[in-house]
Amino acid sequence: MSTAVAAAVRPERALNEALLRYVLRLADTSLVLGQRLGEWVGHAPALEEDLGLGNLALDLIGQARLLLSYAGQIEGRERDEDALAYLRDAQEFFNLALAEQPNGDFGCSIVRQWLIDSWQLEIYTGLQESADSRLAAIAAKALKETRYHYRFSSGWLVRLGDGTAESHARVQRAVDDLWRFTSELFAPDEVDARMASAGIAPPLSSQEARWSARVDEDLRAATLQRPATQPYPWHGKRGVHTEHLGYVLAEMQHLQRTYPGARW
Amino acid sequence: MTDPGKPPLALGWPLFEVFIRSRAGLEHKHVGSVHAADARMAIEHARDVYTRRQEGISIWVVASLDIIASDPEEADALFEPARDKVYRHPTFYVIPDEVKNL
Amino acid sequence: MYTQALDTHGKEPVAAAPGESAVQATRFQNRVDADEKIEPKDWMPEAYRQTLIRQISQHAHSEIVGMLPEGNWITRAPSLRRKAVLIAKVQDEGGHGMYLYSAAETLGVSRDQLFEQLLSGAAKYSSIFNYPTPTWADVGAIGWLVDGAAIMNQIPICRCSYGPYARAMVRICKEESFHQRQGFEIMLTLAQGSAAQRTMAQEALNRWWWPSIMMFGPSDSDSKHTAQSMRWKIKRFSNDELRQKFIDVTVPQAHFLGLTIPDAQLRWDEATQHYLGGPIDWSEFNAVLRGNGPCNRERLQARRAAWEAGRWVREAASAHAEKLTRRRAQAA
Repeated sequence: MSTAVAAAVRPERALNEALLRYVLRLADTSLVLGQRLGEWVGHAPALEEDLGLGNLALDLIGQARLLLSYAGQIEGRERDEDALAYLRDAQEFFNLALAEQPNGDFGCSIVRQWLIDSWQLEIYTGLQESADSRLAAIAAKALKETRYHYRFSSGWLVRLGDGTAESHARVQRAVDDLWRFTSELFAPDEVDARMASAGIAPPLSSQEARWSARVDEDLRAATLQRPATQPYPWHGKRGVHTEHLGYVLAEMQHLQRTYPGARW
Repeated sequence: MTDPGKPPLALGWPLFEVFIRSRAGLEHKHVGSVHAADARMAIEHARDVYTRRQEGISIWVVASLDIIASDPEEADALFEPARDKVYRHPTFYVIPDEVKNL
Repeated sequence: MYTQALDTHGKEPVAAAPGESAVQATRFQNRVDADEKIEPKDWMPEAYRQTLIRQISQHAHSEIVGMLPEGNWITRAPSLRRKAVLIAKVQDEGGHGMYLYSAAETLGVSRDQLFEQLLSGAAKYSSIFNYPTPTWADVGAIGWLVDGAAIMNQIPICRCSYGPYARAMVRICKEESFHQRQGFEIMLTLAQGSAAQRTMAQEALNRWWWPSIMMFGPSDSDSKHTAQSMRWKIKRFSNDELRQKFIDVTVPQAHFLGLTIPDAQLRWDEATQHYLGGPIDWSEFNAVLRGNGPCNRERLQARRAAWEAGRWVREAASAHAEKLTRRRAQAA
């Protein structure tokens, strides 16, 4: 939705559109990340990790369901959580581009997880004070889950970073490869600005310092180097995705697309 | 690759016994075991394996090697005498029906 | 969940270890007869220990391998609710495998040893997981039929003589209740859906019926182990008894779904009050057990690949733990 169009509509509709977009960003990030984690079940390095990663996936799918249901209500076109998950195309998804990156090896998935967990910690903490009570309630529940996810992912980051020479090399490479996707985490746009002025979310830029400090601490404990900040053209938040999302959605949406209108 | 000085990795992660307190007021109960590389991981594994249905508010993990157990062969010496000493059991005492709350 | 009577499949009984006295053996049998539980450090015949290790580990392996045919549909589950429920179910199976490996470890064998046996192809596991899940309806059929058969097998084992195994089974049975309902619900939704969905459901039933009833193992008259396992209360009912019970319970469920059991000879026998079916083709069962089922190779390859790919991770975790220990010692 362009800023010019947004300015032309009535303020409350503009706010509604922004809120819808904001909620979808959160919902889609949880959904796509949950979907990626679902790929790990049965293939993790140890049986306990099959369960652990599965738990993370379950929590994230749960968050996605709550957020998508809310988004459907905001939108007011009677789309439920499944209609939104299974019938939108990639350019209508607003997840962080980071979430759609492939699993790679366990280290790669852990870095992706840790980056998003530390981001969600800030976001959900901030949303607890939201003027939007529904969002505040969802965030409160999600925050409890995210605290555990962060414990899990940061714990593994340290074990792998400060483990063997091989694990250190692998996870440093993952950090280097994924770092470019962090530039959109706290880059505010007009949607974020509207959320801040409406008291629905704290200003995005106000949360970056805390995230950055936490990330530095974790990298230090893991004996890893923080890469330089890299500007990056992909902005999943705006529906501009890497090539990976298409494949993720093709797999996820296949049955509903093949049997339109069927109940499952 | 593994350090030749270390034990072969076929031995893997050590075993921890898991104890869960399911509700406030109850004691921790032994529910099984998990493998983990360290104590922090053992807690996470115990949580992931044994509390997926909200079965617990408190988890203890103990390295299996640290558990000291009585020898069943000595069961007679350790436990038999208690069977003679019936006065430890409340049913030994004859209390008149009129007396409540005992 | 996926225990199968593999143990009774015509092998020589394990020889008693030297030095086992008749007195000890008799005392042991008396305890079992009195329904006392045998615990890890109690005296037990070596054959009892070996039988249990084999049976428990086969059951554990089955759970672990069983994560794959259903796990393969997690990313394609057709609704978010189905996706969540399926992840939970597959996790439960992994958890069940872990409870069982824990129980086996109390008998003096390590999980890594058992897992190596599985990955090398030396260990057996339930043949049912060597069948593919080509459609979503197969996920429903597995929950309805395979879990249903497993529940029949499992409930009696909750009362088996070996404490850790019995306790693991109690835990497993408690968690099992939602698995079969989940599967049946999927089948019901399909059966009440479009023509294409109904066909999908019927074809899945056609694929899974015979492998499910074969899960109960061959007729006990063909098995040497059953008698001893019954005496030791490791096995509580015969294969045929359990299989018949399963058939009697499941046929009405299929009727409710409006689906046809793929057995032209299936009929209700008024005299015995049972559903009697056609003969089972054990040659297929044996082939699958020997490693020539449709997915034997794929299942083990997948598990082996995950294990190998995860080696550096496990090593890193161990290395890190050692560093922590060393640092703590230095700080002390």
